[in-house]
Amino acid sequence: MIAETGHYALILALGVAIVQMVLPLIGTRTRDPQLMAVAAPAAQLEFILIAIAFIALMTAYVTSDFSVENVWRNSHSAKPLLYKIAGVWGNHEGSMVLWVLILSLFGAAVATFGTNLPRQLQANVLAVQGSIGVAFLLFIVITSNPFTRLDPAPFDGQGLNPVLQDPALAFHPPFLYTGYVGFSMAFSFAVAALIEGRIDAAWARWVRPWTLAAWMCLTLGIAMGSWWAYYELGWGGFWFWDPVENASFMPWLAGTALLHSALVMEKRDALKVWTVLLAIITFSLSLMGTFLVRSGVLTSVHAFAVDPARGIFILAIMGVFIGGALALFAWRAPLLSQGGLFAPISREGSLVLNNLLLTTACAAVFVGTLYPLALEALTGDKISVGPPFFNFTFAPLILPLLIAVPFGPLLAWKRGDLLAAAQRLMAAACLALAITVLVLAFQQRGPWLAPFGIGVGVWLIAGAFTEIAYRVKLFDTSRSEAWRRLRNLPRAAYGSALAHSGLGLVVIGIVATTAWRSEQILALKPGETADIAGYTLTFKGVAPRQGPNYRERVALFTVTRGGKEVTELTPSKREFTVEKSGTTEAGIHASWRGDLYAVLGDQLKDGAYSVRLYFNPLVRLIWLGAVVMFVGGGVSLSDRRLRVGAPKRAQAKIAAVPAGE
Amino acid sequence: MTRKQRRGILIGTSLVVLGVAVGLVLFAMRNSIVFFYSPSEVAKMQIAPGQRFRLGGLVETGSVVRSEGTTVRFVVTDMAKALPVTFTGVLPDLFREGQGVVAEGTLAADGTFQADNVLAKHDEKYMPPEVAKKLKEQGVWRGDAQAGTPGAPGKVN
Repeated sequence: MIAETGHYALILALGVAIVQMVLPLIGTRTRDPQLMAVAAPAAQLEFILIAIAFIALMTAYVTSDFSVENVWRNSHSAKPLLYKIAGVWGNHEGSMVLWVLILSLFGAAVATFGTNLPRQLQANVLAVQGSIGVAFLLFIVITSNPFTRLDPAPFDGQGLNPVLQDPALAFHPPFLYTGYVGFSMAFSFAVAALIEGRIDAAWARWVRPWTLAAWMCLTLGIAMGSWWAYYELGWGGFWFWDPVENASFMPWLAGTALLHSALVMEKRDALKVWTVLLAIITFSLSLMGTFLVRSGVLTSVHAFAVDPARGIFILAIMGVFIGGALALFAWRAPLLSQGGLFAPISREGSLVLNNLLLTTACAAVFVGTLYPLALEALTGDKISVGPPFFNFTFAPLILPLLIAVPFGPLLAWKRGDLLAAAQRLMAAACLALAITVLVLAFQQRGPWLAPFGIGVGVWLIAGAFTEIAYRVKLFDTSRSEAWRRLRNLPRAAYGSALAHSGLGLVVIGIVATTAWRSEQILALKPGETADIAGYTLTFKGVAPRQGPNYRERVALFTVTRGGKEVTELTPSKREFTVEKSGTTEAGIHASWRGDLYAVLGDQLKDGAYSVRLYFNPLVRLIWLGAVVMFVGGGVSLSDRRLRVGAPKRAQAKIAAVPAGE
Repeated sequence: MTRKQRRGILIGTSLVVLGVAVGLVLFAMRNSIVFFYSPSEVAKMQIAPGQRFRLGGLVETGSVVRSEGTTVRFVVTDMAKALPVTFTGVLPDLFREGQGVVAEGTLAADGTFQADNVLAKHDEKYMPPEVAKKLKEQGVWRGDAQAGTPGAPGKVN
């Protein structure tokens, strides 16, 4: 009964989405306010219906209703509750329901909180959002119905892929999807602007909070995925340039560019056409990511089912939306009034450089990700484009951007003074250089470039502090005056400074781990010891243990450093009885220096075990940095000036320093 | 600064960045791309020793032999040709006899494949597409049966 309710709700939602797509569009054509007014309640209703379907599916999972095929395939009664819930989106059908749920959530949010939007714009935005809903609801109802019943109902389920049974991965898809799908808002606003043939600075102010929220979630979602891959896959790496990772990274790069270009549009009424195009590109990359991941073109943990019909359907959705939006862009963009060109050395100019480098880097990732697919389709040759390609192309393109970041916020709008900005950054530059030299002096091994990478990270963090210090006149005025300024500084300033310093942390983490990681692969017998990065590990042996839905063989290592006991590591190999497959659980000891990471391998013929040991210096900074970026976004989002319809922008400006935002 | 100069600077910078990007991509394409071959293709192609490529196929049943330390020898087959592989390191969880595997490395002078990386495939049902195709051609494919239902309950709704 519950499953049927869910199925029925999904079909109703499709009907409502069609209404939401068609009526407001007619309304804006005929200037009929009643038809336009349909958009908001329809969007809210669509969300409620999809939420009902989602809850129905979740209920089926939690109660282990194996008469529902989807539950039977992906769940098992012995599975812990968290993974029964996470199992809802741990499969193709359920994850698509989550996709439309988030899509409709954003639509409903615009309907509810966007009451001060111009009526026509709101109607058009919701119509476009509705059309995306129609496409994906059709996709679910036709090719991926999660509520298909089985008769007779099997006794128990087949279980969830063991590598997915993990806390970080339980929350990775919701965050990632909120990011991916959240960019649909920017897309809908862009297409609505093109339909109206009109766009102004206010448009950017409405788009920015939605984009920022999506960007934050995507940042956290990517970080969670990377964190999961780090400790679950047992390779000790944090990023593999796997096509699936790239699929989420490309929208992030484009979305980051969009955030910055929308800023120019909001403040200076310029870069309009580019911002609209970027909004379309960002969501197109999200769609492409969905296609790559869901169609089974790529074989990976994400390709839950390889069904060509689904692939072709998503490809068609992609073609319609990307092609349609770009065609509309080509046709209508000339109507949008162009902002003026501006001086290269200015805040706007620096943001253009940001956009140029981010989109180019994104394009390089795009080429590397899609080239193997294109080549195989055209010539049948199979190749793989691995990390060397991406490291070689991405790093040189992103490096100038990292160096330029601290300059941006210190340049004034319209006409900046590069020399003055450079003078203000002198302290930051000296600090970065000093640390570079220090690291160079103490570095025993690793590439000579690595200390400079650390320097760049320090430069980003120090640069972010410099901006705040400069804006509150930390050293030029009395302490009470600085304190007053510090309190009155708009939150957006803190937000961007935090986000930029988070980026610095990520850079330091990546450089340190990549350059100075130690790795050892050994055959160890119980009682033997191994040395790595100053630690001594003694292998005590392997013992069996029973978990809730798996059996495992746990190895015990005692870790000493300088003769003192530090910790015990218990890497294990798990054998999941239901799913008949296994996972490797790494034993990790985290410290401020870095992570000691041990993986248990197979038993060898003479009673020894193969063991892989890593020491990953400063690796935690990568995820810490991502969290700081997320928090920075949140602080920025809480800025009253960003809140749609927040009153008295002008007053907030008076409080801000003369440089403006 | 005139409008023309501003536009010039914008276009110039864009062209420089794009040019650098295209150069990097082309250069990297030439040097860091790895081809994927099956044992039959390797037998046909005369690959020079030392050239990196990926070898895909099934781990031949009964072929896995552990030797010194963490070194493992096994045979990768596509049911037509087979190629012996040597690998030192920790094998991924889903490495099993009779299952699909992708190994990356080079051919040694003695004709064996020296793998420095054996790829962890996430799915126990995974099989390299061309192996699946070959197996289908030879009528020994059972991948679909694996994914199918043991009790085969009928679908309703």
